[in-house]
Amino acid sequence: MAVIDLANPTLFLRLVNRVLPWLTAATVLVFAYGLYRVAGSPDDYQQGATVKIMYLHVPAAWLGMMGWGLMTVAAFGTLVWRHPLADVAGRAAAPIGAAFTLICLITGSLWGRPTWGTYWVWDARLTSVLVLFLLYLGMLALYWTAEDPNRGSRAAAILALVGAVNIPIIKFSVDWWNTLHQPASILRMGGSAIAPSILWPLLIMAVAFTLLFFTLHLAAMRNEILRRRVRSMRMMQAQEQAQDYVEARA
Amino acid sequence: MTAFLALLTRDMRLAVRVGGGALIGALFYLIVVVMMPFAIGPDLNLLGRIGPAILWLGALLASLLALDRLFATDNDDGSLDLLMMSAMPLELAVVAKGIAHWLTTALPLIVITPVLGLMLNVDLPAMGWVALTLLAGTPALTFIGLIGAALSVALRRGGLLLAILVLPLTIPVLIFGVSAANAAIVGPAPFGPPFTILCALSLASLVLGPFAAAAVLRQGQE
Repeated sequence: MAVIDLANPTLFLRLVNRVLPWLTAATVLVFAYGLYRVAGSPDDYQQGATVKIMYLHVPAAWLGMMGWGLMTVAAFGTLVWRHPLADVAGRAAAPIGAAFTLICLITGSLWGRPTWGTYWVWDARLTSVLVLFLLYLGMLALYWTAEDPNRGSRAAAILALVGAVNIPIIKFSVDWWNTLHQPASILRMGGSAIAPSILWPLLIMAVAFTLLFFTLHLAAMRNEILRRRVRSMRMMQAQEQAQDYVEARA
Repeated sequence: MTAFLALLTRDMRLAVRVGGGALIGALFYLIVVVMMPFAIGPDLNLLGRIGPAILWLGALLASLLALDRLFATDNDDGSLDLLMMSAMPLELAVVAKGIAHWLTTALPLIVITPVLGLMLNVDLPAMGWVALTLLAGTPALTFIGLIGAALSVALRRGGLLLAILVLPLTIPVLIFGVSAANAAIVGPAPFGPPFTILCALSLASLVLGPFAAAAVLRQGQE
């Protein structure tokens, strides 16, 4: 099935309905196996059991970034190929990406409390994730303000592209800002290679979270298509009622 | 080129006449900077140390103030449609409007910066450095802001939306502006790298901002 065939929302919905149960089952299974492996993974010799937050934190960070990547691809789909489902995909990805970024921030701050002794530091990495979250919020605010979904989606697509250009610049400048003010960073991740006993559960959890992302994304796309149908049906209904009213008066 | 200059002078004339926002930005800047010591306390040493940061934040907020009117007034009276139909590319028209906006809101603000610096206990040579970084960095604020201004017109509403969308994108400008100013005043980091990056940000947004803004405006009119 080519991508262009999916432009037909009915065909797409049929495909989603067929795929979604399998995807959900795969998500649950991989999560179960991942959590089993996480439970069996050793504690860190320094951080103790708190290191287990990582299995939630790191995949959430990856998927938070992937969400914007998906929105960028969807933005190209909207603006260049005018694919009718691209803006549905972009719109569905925004809240999910924002949620994963928020999970990353919250778990990170809960992890920071026992390990660094503070919920928040203005470390470069934390700050750039926070800015990513702010950009997501701006995107969501744009979707909420737009009355007409079509008009909103094109504007949002351009904003997604602007954000995609800006995110690396922001990341770079925040790194600069931090190293200028705070040469000895508190946070030193990836300084040493992660032991395989921790790395494998992490990778399995990352796969589980990615499956979860796509399950949620497909479900959200389905909801968005249905929501738009409901909207146009309501408008047609209102139009018919107005017409009946005019005819009754005449 | 004549159309470009005509649009530029028209926008500047509109800004300085009754109902225009030319000096409002500078006034707002003045008030924001004056409010800071009330919040922070009248400790001159502290104010002198964070003075460049206060001035940069004030400039950032002041440049946002007049932005939502940039295309909105043209959209209300229909001249935006004429601009879109004219022979001049819309991108160029957006550049003209951006330059006019910068000349009428950012430039007065830079001119009064030395006076405000005295009130914040930033000495005169240091003030020159802050003004220089503002001169190099404020074009980036204007041209990134153009995208937000276009978005708020395309969506028919969004004075508040504009600030939410634009402010996160201006973080790099703020970082390099303040770090260049601080590098020049207190050191020890060299002044060159942050300042040249600041100029690069301005030039890059001068190129990318109008294209994005014009694209948004076109989508909004469909």
